[in-house]
Amino acid sequence: MSSHITPEPATAPPHGGLVWTAGLIVAAALWWLVYRQLAPLSEWLVAMLPLDRHSHTGEALAFFLYDVPKVMMLLTGIVFAMGVVRSFFSPEKTRAVLSGRREGVGNVMAAGLGVLTPFCSCSAVPLFIGFVSAGVPLGVTFSFLIAAPMVNEVALGLLFGLVGWQVAATYLLFGLAIAIVAGWVIGRLRLEEWLQAWVREIHAGTAAAPPDEALTLADRYRLGWVAVTDIVGKVWAWILLGIAVGALIHGYVPADLMVRIMGAEAWWSVPAAVVLGIPMYTNAAGVIPIVEALLGKGAALGTTLAFMMSVIALSLPEMIILRKVLTLRLIGVFIGVVGSGILAVGFLFNILF
Amino acid sequence: MAKDVKVYGPGCKRCETTVQMVKDAADRVGVEVTVSKVTDLAEIAMAGVVSTPGIAVDGTLVHTGGLPDAAALERWLAA
Repeated sequence: MSSHITPEPATAPPHGGLVWTAGLIVAAALWWLVYRQLAPLSEWLVAMLPLDRHSHTGEALAFFLYDVPKVMMLLTGIVFAMGVVRSFFSPEKTRAVLSGRREGVGNVMAAGLGVLTPFCSCSAVPLFIGFVSAGVPLGVTFSFLIAAPMVNEVALGLLFGLVGWQVAATYLLFGLAIAIVAGWVIGRLRLEEWLQAWVREIHAGTAAAPPDEALTLADRYRLGWVAVTDIVGKVWAWILLGIAVGALIHGYVPADLMVRIMGAEAWWSVPAAVVLGIPMYTNAAGVIPIVEALLGKGAALGTTLAFMMSVIALSLPEMIILRKVLTLRLIGVFIGVVGSGILAVGFLFNILF
Repeated sequence: MAKDVKVYGPGCKRCETTVQMVKDAADRVGVEVTVSKVTDLAEIAMAGVVSTPGIAVDGTLVHTGGLPDAAALERWLAA
């Protein structure tokens, strides 16, 4: 048995990267042309139907028919680009970077890497153990684990496309801030002894990490495409559901009702949105069409952002998975710290905007 | 002698797919393999697997994180 890995034989022709790049430029141009026609196209479709455009049903249908192709196209573009970017990162490299890092700087780096490092949600527990046992401080690990789901590329890209770049940038900034501060606070609390006993006793192997397979540009593009088929294949149902709910809100919910229960005046709506968001489990892609519709009806930005962050970052299924490695007390602290951060962002935005 | 292949993962769909991919690749290459799944979290961590699924061939970790590439799998099994 040979213990070293033979380098990847060049199966793709040397100009593979060029062909891909040329193809991508054409695809991007086509994408842009179609994307710009979506609004007139959906209006034309609704006009074909035997109903009044300005009725409740007409409004809801117009929203649905416009948003479905728009969201799908945006998602494809974003996931592809992120897939290519993420091929430069891996959880193993991130762990090596964060291992032994001081708190503070470590929290900032962990939050940033949380956005860029690819890992599937069923890896959360091995990743957590792998980080902690390799000397990544607990608080730094939490910064990573909070940032990864909250500031994901799907949420950010869709916010950018559907709601506007200001809201997307705000979300990015405050999502990172919550991950950094919450991780730092958890680190300060010195809760290492609140991990499940067996986790503390593990000394994970680190030497065995597989060598970096040298990737060509064509390989990275291919990985981007794999990400598209994988992620879009998994979340399309959530998206349709989210857009359907958004369309119903858009068509049927009276605006004054929304202002009353989710407006900036109703201070209790921020904590209510956070609490409501915890048991709700949906993919980020599903929640954003709802956010779009809520904002359109006059819901306050802070309340809506708080709801969205709570749905994405504090999910019940994730808690149940983390229960295997964290004691209930530690999970309580996690919910408390992250929840307070989200509350703060919600109130701050309702005051500022 | 049959190669010993371990697939590390807590048992999500991706890990099942990986096991099947290993078996398929072994058939194509014509190598005898015994594939076992490692689902114990402590064991996964001890093996140095941070992102699942991970694959080890005869005790050497060859891949972690996401589905493996079919061509690469054949190469690892043939080596």
